[in-house]
Amino acid sequence: MVSAFSSLLFLFIIFAFILGEGLPLFYKVGAGKIIFGFTWAPTKGFFGIFPMIISSYMVTLGALIFGAPLALGCATYLSEYASRKMKMFLKPALELLAGIPSVVYGFLGVVYVVPLIREYLGGPGFSILATSVVLGIMILPTIISISFDSLMSVPQTYREASVAMGATKWQTIYKVVLPAAQSGILASFILGMGRAVGETMAVIMVAGNALRIPMSLLDPLRTLTSNIALELAYAAGDHRSALFSTGVVLLIIIMLLNFIANFWVKRKVAG
Amino acid sequence: MRSNLATPIALLLFIALICWGTFDIRKSGAGRKDTITLAGSTSVMPFSEKLAEYFMVGYPKFSIDVQGGGSSAGIQAVINRTVGIGMSSRKLKEDEKILHEILICYDGISIIVHPSNPVRDISLEQIRKVYSGKIRNWKELGWIDRNIDAVSREEGSGTRGAFEELVMGKEFIDNGIMVQDSNGSVKEVVATDPYAIGYISLGIVDQKVKALTIDRVVPSVKNIIQHKYGMVRPFLYLTAGEPAGTVKVFIDFVLSREGQNILRKEGLVPIRG
Repeated sequence: MVSAFSSLLFLFIIFAFILGEGLPLFYKVGAGKIIFGFTWAPTKGFFGIFPMIISSYMVTLGALIFGAPLALGCATYLSEYASRKMKMFLKPALELLAGIPSVVYGFLGVVYVVPLIREYLGGPGFSILATSVVLGIMILPTIISISFDSLMSVPQTYREASVAMGATKWQTIYKVVLPAAQSGILASFILGMGRAVGETMAVIMVAGNALRIPMSLLDPLRTLTSNIALELAYAAGDHRSALFSTGVVLLIIIMLLNFIANFWVKRKVAG
Repeated sequence: MRSNLATPIALLLFIALICWGTFDIRKSGAGRKDTITLAGSTSVMPFSEKLAEYFMVGYPKFSIDVQGGGSSAGIQAVINRTVGIGMSSRKLKEDEKILHEILICYDGISIIVHPSNPVRDISLEQIRKVYSGKIRNWKELGWIDRNIDAVSREEGSGTRGAFEELVMGKEFIDNGIMVQDSNGSVKEVVATDPYAIGYISLGIVDQKVKALTIDRVVPSVKNIIQHKYGMVRPFLYLTAGEPAGTVKVFIDFVLSREGQNILRKEGLVPIRG
């Protein structure tokens, strides 16, 4: 009970702190100029973070495009095909994947993914593509474990009924099991997105951190989180508040995502 | 039930042990050693560490703790009196002028490219055009038809501040330029990308990257002292008020012939020629 409330208290403190530090600038400069401004030069009085908001969405989407099919395939295999033994082996392996520190993913991205892209596709290598690939791998464990749980919670009777009607195993999965687990799978995607939006270290290392809205898959970009981490060390005055304002926007985006995810999970319970 | 309680109790014991351990070290350490804490610019940090190493050999009674954090964070820390000495690689702003500045040396900024890059020389004008996004292709600098992967530092960095002042003038660094958050990562990017260009502290240039000559002037300590190489910025130590006590002992060492020689060996430019 006490610990439950202490975590709530911490959440509240963090919330109040970020809002307290970030909101004054919204009043001072104007929310429109921050959220829809194109120029970020905080030491010269420009606080536009629009390109970073767009970039955050782009890499998140990219990570999902890259990671979601892979993760869904893996979850389906785990719940429908894998033998007990295989499951015993794969589940811990996945948990291990979730436990690898993000800086390690970033490092591997810089050493392998970035040069490969630079050599074969052109551009500086630090790009949406590299970031999406790295993030796509990082969100695998989140998506797999949650969609696996929801696939497992589909009653065995559904599968038996479907097979009894003469459907093949694949037809059963495709037409019966996946739709039945749909809401859980969608929720897992959204939580995966939350992880991708919030990821910082690996993104700083492979994204290139340029301030423009990227026009191609090979352009470098900067996300909201990496903006905060990159510049906090040197920031003072309004620049510092601007980074907290970035945090406010990030907080709102992540809350929205979690809210949507919860909504889907609830709908599943209701239906 | 028993197993439920065991974990938190073990954890509590563990934390208590750690706290007791740190406390114990602090207590026993305070009697024997005078600690000076430095914090600030990541450009100055490696050199401060070097100076501290030599200093502690000669003065074993002192213990010196060097932390990073960035110029602004260092300045803030001195103002709040949380550290004894702040390190800055940029000049102070008006409202920071309440601090006592000690110029310890100068540092050159060099333009670096990959060692395999055949371009040897670049003009100040060309650097400005590359970073303001007007030159985007290596062809315009006399090499192959390939985009330039220019790398800059993050807003607020002392190196970037100096670069903007010395090279960019009134122009802005283009939004399409990549950004890395330390001298080290800029060097790493340029060392791995054959088409990259970047700017870093002259002191940390090594054989992994190639420093370009600027308007035919080689970036070197000698050329900086003779005022031939212009991209130079100060390294500052900051104290709240006149340095006194242990802090003064260390600063005197840094400004002594011995301290300045250490800095010269590390590729920096001592204040007295």
